[in-house]
Amino acid sequence: MKYLKTYDEKCIGCNQCMTACSMAFFKEDIPAKSAIQVIEKPDGGYHLVVCDQQYRKCVDECPTQAITINKQGVVMINKKLCISCFACVAVCPIDAMRRCDGVLNPFKCVACGVCVKGCPTQAIEIVTEE
Amino acid sequence: MNNTKIHTDVDALKARHVLLKEFRYELRPVVRGYNMRTLYVNVSSNEIREKPVSEEMKQKFTGGKGFGLKLLWDAISDTTRWNDPENEINIAMGPICGNTNYPGSGKSLVVSISPLTDIPIDSNVGGYFGPYLKFSGFDAIEIQGKAERDVIVYIDGNQGLIQIFEAPAEAVDSHILAEQMVELFADNDLEKMHISAVSAGRGAEHALIGCLNFSFYDRRRKVARLKQAGRGGIGTVLRDKKIKAVVVKYSGLSGKSNDPADLDTLQRTGLKLHKEIIALDDQQCRMRQIGTAHLVEIMDEYDLLPTHNFKFGRHADSPKINSHAFYELVTHGLPDGCWFGCTMACAKAADGFELVTGPYQGQRVTVDGPEYETVGGCGSNVGIFNPRAIMEINFYCDTYGLDTISFGTMTAFIMECWEKGVLNAERTGGLDFTWGNWRDTLEMMHQIARGEGFGLIAGLGTRKMKEYFIDHFDADPQLMQDIGCECKGLEYSQYVSKESLAQQGGYSMALKGPQHDEAWLIFMDMVNNQIPTFTDKAEALHYFPMFRTWFGLQGLCKLPWNDVEPANNAQTDEPAKVPEHVQNYVDIYNAITGGNLNKKELILQSERVYNFQKVLCMRLGRGRRSDDIPPFRMMGPVTVEEYESRQDRYDQQLREKVGVDPAGKSSEEKLRILRHYREEQYQHLLNAVYKRKGWTSEGVPTPEHLRKIGMDLPEVLAVVERHLR
Repeated sequence: MKYLKTYDEKCIGCNQCMTACSMAFFKEDIPAKSAIQVIEKPDGGYHLVVCDQQYRKCVDECPTQAITINKQGVVMINKKLCISCFACVAVCPIDAMRRCDGVLNPFKCVACGVCVKGCPTQAIEIVTEE
Repeated sequence: MNNTKIHTDVDALKARHVLLKEFRYELRPVVRGYNMRTLYVNVSSNEIREKPVSEEMKQKFTGGKGFGLKLLWDAISDTTRWNDPENEINIAMGPICGNTNYPGSGKSLVVSISPLTDIPIDSNVGGYFGPYLKFSGFDAIEIQGKAERDVIVYIDGNQGLIQIFEAPAEAVDSHILAEQMVELFADNDLEKMHISAVSAGRGAEHALIGCLNFSFYDRRRKVARLKQAGRGGIGTVLRDKKIKAVVVKYSGLSGKSNDPADLDTLQRTGLKLHKEIIALDDQQCRMRQIGTAHLVEIMDEYDLLPTHNFKFGRHADSPKINSHAFYELVTHGLPDGCWFGCTMACAKAADGFELVTGPYQGQRVTVDGPEYETVGGCGSNVGIFNPRAIMEINFYCDTYGLDTISFGTMTAFIMECWEKGVLNAERTGGLDFTWGNWRDTLEMMHQIARGEGFGLIAGLGTRKMKEYFIDHFDADPQLMQDIGCECKGLEYSQYVSKESLAQQGGYSMALKGPQHDEAWLIFMDMVNNQIPTFTDKAEALHYFPMFRTWFGLQGLCKLPWNDVEPANNAQTDEPAKVPEHVQNYVDIYNAITGGNLNKKELILQSERVYNFQKVLCMRLGRGRRSDDIPPFRMMGPVTVEEYESRQDRYDQQLREKVGVDPAGKSSEEKLRILRHYREEQYQHLLNAVYKRKGWTSEGVPTPEHLRKIGMDLPEVLAVVERHLR
């Protein structure tokens, strides 16, 4: 299974990962359009919210079976089948499935790794586990 | 799903089709929730045409049931009855219908003159037909006429093509027919999800309680599943018109198929409710686990679960048929919405269920349900405390096209008639209707489907059975009236209303007959005592029927309104109204239509259509005060057995409410006093409610009221004037 592994303790909150993600998929730098979210914790430090490809509740919940798992174990959304109900967003236990104003379909991390290069502290990395 | 495979020979079916008419129309996108045109199909003349929707029609009737009733009014005469060719089956949806964001947004509203009541019935049903018809280009389909031979009406919403063809080889029973339609019209596996069929079944050919099945293809189960427009016999009308199916195919559904004015608000509001359901449903109604069947134990606890023809409200064996029993039978972990995006997911189903009776005996099938109403009606009310038997009755009711609510209530009546000696084996052709006899109950249903034996008498429904038993079996007319649980000709749905005066009104004043979708006030009234005075009850019997009517104008399901509630709902001013959810509806209506509705105008939209429907009933010779009187079984104890079963309660009421000391009085005497008191109370209630609704004491909407709500159309006023004279 391929996924984006996060290390909250290394994150410095620079948001470079969000910029990279949003630019890669939406061609604009809007934090809400990033599939990875950097959350500032009330007691200091940061928490990285991103799909770990493990829970897969969205896969079971999707009424059109638009959400499937690819050969690498990554949870993928088929936009041709997606009817934008956002049930997947509601059932995600870690808030990794996302919805943003102005965007028709839900979106999520597909473990592409585009964010990894921009991270100055190696707080994120693509890993593949059996 | 381990079901017995239904083999469909598509070529053999097609070979026998005879095309009678083909009609092409221009495809146009939906604009802000509307097409501004409806589809007219006449299966006598095979005429097919579009009808424009005027701005006035949209303003006055909103959509959904409003459009269905308006089209029906224009199509019939004052004397039209259910089996006249001019009677119609109108299926409409409404502006909000078909959105994929807000749970419960896929309902179709079906309107027709009912064979049970001779007035318009309206039935709210899930499945994919309504939304797909809308995105195919029409705000309603209006089906008139009677075909000579069995036909299918097919609408291809991607091609802009409508066909009527003779279809002699297709099945009549819905679970097979729905599969056949999917195989016939889907070009590939994915397209199966894009097909929805409306059909009835063989039972609907021989009974007046026929229902319609609306199909929705379940990709995971690989089964065409069924939701029912159950009430009032519309399936009977469909088969009388010799229509086997009305089928729509539409590919291309998206999150903006409705062309919403404000997609973000629509999405945000929908997602807010999804999250609420996911977070709270497990602690509240458990809809996602077991659907409405969760109500069985709640109703039993409050003495509201209909038992033995509504005599009692609970039974020692009810745990055998409670939600946990059915939880064992249905398949879990699937997104069981009857329309996309409904996370309430109450449409539960059992798979690989092996049938033990009837023509499909030995086959393994998917059974949609049971819902609470089916468990109440075909379970406790007939003394059947066997969950598998209830499942089987549910399956056969659906595939035969019979309404489980009417079937349950009328069978309960039959069983009490058996108990009281009105019926015996000679009169039933050997069937034994001892409480709980599920085998003979099913055999009666198979007789209905075959059109033979006692099944033909039962299929007439409760009202006509009463007359039959009086005429042929010398039954006591008063007893028949007291225990035959119908009003206006429609069988009651499955709640004991004896201890809630407001609910007696909610049931019996409901325009189409006693279905609880206008008002369910039992907890407000009986349990929480929130509406103690006649004025309070009248206000509730104004507001809730109007609010709930709105679901029918929009193509919405009632359940996500109050079968999940925001965590802070109890702290709001009016918890029973679920204010936050009402605001959600206002928000999504405005988000889709671009309108500027508020909570007050929402009620006004309903009031217009509600009063229109009332006047339509009057136009057809009904809608009188006398039509709103329940049988006494729904108002209180009819028999000494019932009185004595709750003697403490009734004695206390005699002391505290009636001011009579029960001491030393016989049960018969106390029964008489209590009955007199309750009947009088009900008349007071009628007076108060009619006044609040803007009607005369005879239940006629006044011209002033019609003017006030903007429903002073000349044809409406003409009917009203006739009744005021």
